[in-house]
Amino acid sequence: MRSAGDLLAPSGRKTAPYDVERLRQDFPILHQQVHGRPLVYLDNAATSQKPLAVLSAMQSYYSHDNSNIHRGVHELSGRASRSHEEARSKVRRFLNAGEDREILFLRGTTEAINLVASSYGRSRVGAGDEVLITAMEHHSNIVPWQILCEEKGARLKVAPINDRGELLLDEFEKLLSPRTRIVSVVHLSNALGTLNPVREVIRMARARGVPVLLDGAQAAAHLKVDVRELDCDFYAFSGHKLYGPTGIGVLYGKAALLEAMPPFQSGGDMISSVTFEKTLYNRLPFKFEAGTPNIAGAIGLGAALDYVEAVGLDAIAAHEKELLDYATEALSGMRGLRIIGTAREKVGLLSFVIEGVHPHDVGTILDQEGIAIRAGHHCTQPLMERFGVPATARASLGLYNTREEIDALAAGIRKVHEVFG
Amino acid sequence: MGDLRDLYQEVILDHSKKPRNFRRMEAADRTAEGFNPLCGDRVTVFVTLEGGKVKDISFQGSGCAISTASASMMTERLKGKTPEEAEKIFERFHDLVTGKGGAAGAAPELGKLAAFSGVCEFPIRVKCATLVWHALRAALEGLRQPVSTE
Repeated sequence: MRSAGDLLAPSGRKTAPYDVERLRQDFPILHQQVHGRPLVYLDNAATSQKPLAVLSAMQSYYSHDNSNIHRGVHELSGRASRSHEEARSKVRRFLNAGEDREILFLRGTTEAINLVASSYGRSRVGAGDEVLITAMEHHSNIVPWQILCEEKGARLKVAPINDRGELLLDEFEKLLSPRTRIVSVVHLSNALGTLNPVREVIRMARARGVPVLLDGAQAAAHLKVDVRELDCDFYAFSGHKLYGPTGIGVLYGKAALLEAMPPFQSGGDMISSVTFEKTLYNRLPFKFEAGTPNIAGAIGLGAALDYVEAVGLDAIAAHEKELLDYATEALSGMRGLRIIGTAREKVGLLSFVIEGVHPHDVGTILDQEGIAIRAGHHCTQPLMERFGVPATARASLGLYNTREEIDALAAGIRKVHEVFG
Repeated sequence: MGDLRDLYQEVILDHSKKPRNFRRMEAADRTAEGFNPLCGDRVTVFVTLEGGKVKDISFQGSGCAISTASASMMTERLKGKTPEEAEKIFERFHDLVTGKGGAAGAAPELGKLAAFSGVCEFPIRVKCATLVWHALRAALEGLRQPVSTE
């Protein structure tokens, strides 16, 4: 059966020059007025918009194939099961993982990190052991480890960063100790845009036999991720930041590790046989997928990956780099404006503060101009403290953003100065 | 949607840039902290009561123009008021910023706080305007836990 994704191929082609106006036609939501102005959507790090190919794939599933998966003997269940597992194969190819069973469908990055903290962490981390993260982690890559450490009497170690927002690799390496049981690091910072030197991180941890989880919530939408080339042990990302639906995400884990780990949640689907005396767990990946999964979400994610690959991640990355350079240039000269996060390796977003104006007020004034940005602590309160700001304003890019939209952002910031004097 | 000038009236901008009574009060007999976990805004209110009235009131914290101005203007408005009067003013203020005041406009007991009438056109910002008031209520009720907007 053909999926709707095949019928609605994206407008962009790898060989053609990057045609952002044509790509924008694939995203119906972009074509609207907000407060009487054309919508300028610069909140992609919070969630991206969805192309027609994704919307159609999900509608097509619900219109034609909707059924529960795996155990049905009827035709619709067969189709739904095939589509769900095809989506898994698409994720496997997208990450260049070795096997489909290394791809777990979960709700999102948060659930993926919780799974590793709960399943791997609880079985491998004991009193006096250490978990190593960095100072630029999202709360979702801090709190699960804090809970684990509290429960086990283990210690959470935090590798520091410099004033640019770059990880201090020397300090990171010093914090790797014989007691370190796992390293969990953000691939691309959601608050700073810092692209972390994850190859070095993995190499250092690998040399000491410590497994590494990469939080790819931001990175997966902006750059090619090859889990075998990286040699990471776990990689987590969310569908909705990658032009897919909310409520679906992925944990990649090396098969040998996943095999050895106890289940995370329990119930239907994750078992192979149940008696009141003893339960045998299902094989991978189903051992970690208790209950009816988000079938439509997985199919939507598969369509999103098809879309992104058809446009080309390299082309997207080049377009976004050009836009980020343009935005950095446009904003850095503005009165009272300070960019937070000036790492040399930076991707996809611009965090800033304006002297004398709280980011929320910046957000409200930009919203009146039809410009959607994020204002707040971006779920990185310890990082905000590190930079001595309560919050920042953040403009984050997607494949459909344009130079004209950056110009609108700059004009909006001038408006902030008009209001606040 | 309202006009930005309705939200950021001159008196609000003035108080946000130069907040009044912005200080710790070591000898305060009532104090409470307010916190908005969604945006990270934090405010602490200090109150000294004498003869059943607010003798001194001050605040500290970090927040946006709306929350800072609201705190600053609240401290000015409540000096000399009884806790009951303060509660009544909060109720009127809450009606104002949530648009429940109706066509009659701002209640007279609000005084300069009437400048917050524009907030009701920006529902996302209501919590900014009311955070400090929730902290005040907690302080007057003698609650020890920080209050949260959520």
